Amino acid sequence: MDLRNIEDSLATWPPLARLGITRRAFLRFTTIAGSGLTLGAIIPASAAKKSGLTVLGIEGTPGDFSTPFVRIDPDNTVTVICKHVEAGQGVWTGLPAVVAEELDASWGQMRAESSPAKVPTYGNFAFGPKGNVQGTGGSTSMANSWDQLRHAGAYARAMLVQAAANRWKVPASEITVSDGVVSHKSGKKATFGELAAAAGKLSLPAEVKLKDPSQFKLIGSEKKLPRLDSHSKSTGTQQFAIDVMLPDMMTALVLRPPRFGAKVQSIDSAAAKAVPGVVDVVQIPRGVAVVARDTWAAKKGREALKVSWDESGAEKRGTDAIFKEYRQLSGGAEAVKVENRGDADATLKKAAKVIDVEFEFPYLAHAPMEPLTAVARLSADKCEVWAGCQFHTIDQANAAQASGLKPEQVVIYTLAAGGTFGRRANAESDYIVEAVSIAKATGGKYPVRLIWTREDDITGGRYRPATYHHVIAGLSQDGKLIALKQDVVNQSIMAGTPMAGMIKDGVDPTSVEGGTAEQYDVENAHVTWTQAKVGVPILWWRSVGHTHTAFVKEVLIDELAEAAGKDPVAYRLSLLEKHPRQAAVLKLAAEKAGWDKPFANGQAGPKGARRGRGIAVHESFNSVVAHAVEVTVNDGTIKVDRVVTAVDCGIAVTPDVVRAQMQSCIGYGLSAALYGKISLTDGRVDQTNFHQYRVLRINEMPPVIEIHILPSTNPPTGVGEPGTPPIAPAVANAVRAATGIKLHKLPFDLAAAKATKT
Amino acid sequence: MAIKLTVNNQPQELDVDPEMPLLWAIRDHLRLTGTKFGCGMALCGACTVHIDGQPTRSCVTPISAVAGKSVTTIEGLSSVAGKAVQTAWVGLDVPQCGYCQSGQVMSASALLARNSKPTDADIDAAMAGNICRCATYARIRAAIHQAADSLPASQAKS
Ligand code: FES
Ligand code: FES
Repeated sequence: MDLRNIEDSLATWPPLARLGITRRAFLRFTTIAGSGLTLGAIIPASAAKKSGLTVLGIEGTPGDFSTPFVRIDPDNTVTVICKHVEAGQGVWTGLPAVVAEELDASWGQMRAESSPAKVPTYGNFAFGPKGNVQGTGGSTSMANSWDQLRHAGAYARAMLVQAAANRWKVPASEITVSDGVVSHKSGKKATFGELAAAAGKLSLPAEVKLKDPSQFKLIGSEKKLPRLDSHSKSTGTQQFAIDVMLPDMMTALVLRPPRFGAKVQSIDSAAAKAVPGVVDVVQIPRGVAVVARDTWAAKKGREALKVSWDESGAEKRGTDAIFKEYRQLSGGAEAVKVENRGDADATLKKAAKVIDVEFEFPYLAHAPMEPLTAVARLSADKCEVWAGCQFHTIDQANAAQASGLKPEQVVIYTLAAGGTFGRRANAESDYIVEAVSIAKATGGKYPVRLIWTREDDITGGRYRPATYHHVIAGLSQDGKLIALKQDVVNQSIMAGTPMAGMIKDGVDPTSVEGGTAEQYDVENAHVTWTQAKVGVPILWWRSVGHTHTAFVKEVLIDELAEAAGKDPVAYRLSLLEKHPRQAAVLKLAAEKAGWDKPFANGQAGPKGARRGRGIAVHESFNSVVAHAVEVTVNDGTIKVDRVVTAVDCGIAVTPDVVRAQMQSCIGYGLSAALYGKISLTDGRVDQTNFHQYRVLRINEMPPVIEIHILPSTNPPTGVGEPGTPPIAPAVANAVRAATGIKLHKLPFDLAAAKATKT
Repeated sequence: MAIKLTVNNQPQELDVDPEMPLLWAIRDHLRLTGTKFGCGMALCGACTVHIDGQPTRSCVTPISAVAGKSVTTIEGLSSVAGKAVQTAWVGLDVPQCGYCQSGQVMSASALLARNSKPTDADIDAAMAGNICRCATYARIRAAIHQAADSLPASQAKS
């Protein structure tokens, strides 16, 4: 997916168009009285050009210097103001590391803070060159902050040096900075805090020189960059939205329709209002809210609430019927061309071997550990929102619309999010709009904390789209992949949202990104996508379309290798001539896993357990990840014993965070491969909580995970998502090696797969 | 009628619905928000506290069942084992989003208090009730071993 189109797509969306953003690359810095040095959006146009970014449209209100990137306080702390939400992926460590490097700061003095919602100052350049949308997603946080924050650090350093030169009356060229100390050969020394106020009064140097990567001391360091949020998150002191406690605040739960698309018909709130502690019952656009003095009363009140629903427009199909329809739709009259090169049909007729496979992927809930929560406080001219915002300025615009105020009257306080995996980034800002709507419906009498229970989360929709793939692949006599036909059916994530502009030539890129014909060299390919119309709300889910396209691609290629009688790694390499990064990552994973050494695939061990080895590689969000796995299959259960991972993410700014993200992607992807499934019966979601929507636990985590990062001097790319797509296919391939069972349907069901002949 | 209990060594009196789960009493009424809500059904462990030293899911424990007992939340965790766990957690950078980690730390410190040298199987048994959607499991395991190693066997309980 080319995320750069999001911005243009949103430009005409009414809530954002009202912002009336002006653009002009400019430079500014200032001193806020008494607080030392603050550097705002400080990249001058000249530096922006040199740094390789096309446009750095950065401007707030002239004269408003309240929104910097770096603040150096007299107490010698350096605070990096992060425009991205910290949801576990480590931006509160990675972004400060970039500044600290260029600033030559000591890691101990670094702090991280969330920025306000403000564009273009804090816009995400990966969402568009103008910075008109602030948001976190697509594994872009580091990639789009890299140049910006290096410059911020370098300018701050230059100004501290100049302040010291002035104070000591020595040439700036004789001054050095190391580990947070500014020194001169005469023995004079000063801390950043001591120089900050003076530095803040200087004018900005015309130019700064960024370090050559060979000079990096902190970036890429294995040991020097502990996470800045580990302490607060190990002691219970990290504040999440659910922890916000405002004076007089009430807690609200919302009763939502039992079927997607149903509307409130009538409400009987008498019993709910009789519950001690319940203060209000109000209808909002998405349901009926019960507002109470504490969470327990809100829950009891919601249980007592009676609502009858108008289900005339509701989705009443079950997932069985939905998949049946997908199979019928596949490659049919409504199919839109995604790719057509060579002549796949004719070549397939000549193929020596043909493989014909169907794949099915269920709806998946994100189930972040902190259920969706937002706090809203409303007055006549101000709306404040506390949330783990992932779509900051879209949330701001939606909150404005829900409150009837202007976007600039909405203040967003972005807190740490207890996980999100995409769920908190949705164009409707559903949970934030609910909180604001309740505050509005209750007249702003009190601040409202909206909590989703786990049941609300699992049954509440916005799932990874259920998806069907039908693939026909042809091999030549010598086993070469010569033709591929692939038909994909699922709902469009973008259609019907303000991001519909990203749909190009009738194809939603998030439905098909990372396809087989895109990532392997195949001369004849015909790929279609059919948009299914289902009333189940859907959304991007950690790695979006790659969650299914990578599985199809990597399982297919492995089965083709088997059909061709080739080694899975060698076979892939023969099809990756145009993809050198993938080839390099694949080779590294294979080498570190000992792929060249024999492995007792399929041999029965103790108690009939069989072991198998499998591999998969995939590029997503400009990073490449390969996993080589070893599994034991016993009594119908799959145990992943070992994962060897190789990743190319450009410069690994904080390698330990990269490793943590790879582990996280593996665990998240395994949850989906082994258990994850949202199904519907007659339009009602069958699963409600973790007993039915099972997720990976500590005893199921692979006991051995080795992560190898490819050395690189390229700018950093993402790590929050790219480790997810290749894990499920690597495991499926290992299971096939162990048992011969082909897994084409997720979550894995060995017994069912064994019974199905494909 | 007010329910009397001890929370983090402080006597507390709570005049709430006796059915109210301890979780909401300590979060909404005592404003100790370190203990988290994750499922409300004893499925995820985010709400784990110690009741008279035993790790307990506060989301399914009615406040009436805790009358006269001593509750320790993450805010009041001060045992030798608890401190060792937190030191290892920070040292190994266990947390990602961090939301599950109060519960993980409470479960892990209860484990070390009764078993100062847990095996991997002991860790699985004690920690399988604590979900981490960020899948920090490998580091949780490593940190528990590290905390155990930092701790003379005789000290864990104190
Ligand atoms: S909230 Fe208590 S176990 Fe999940
Ligand atoms: S650290 Fe995010 S759920 Fe455990």
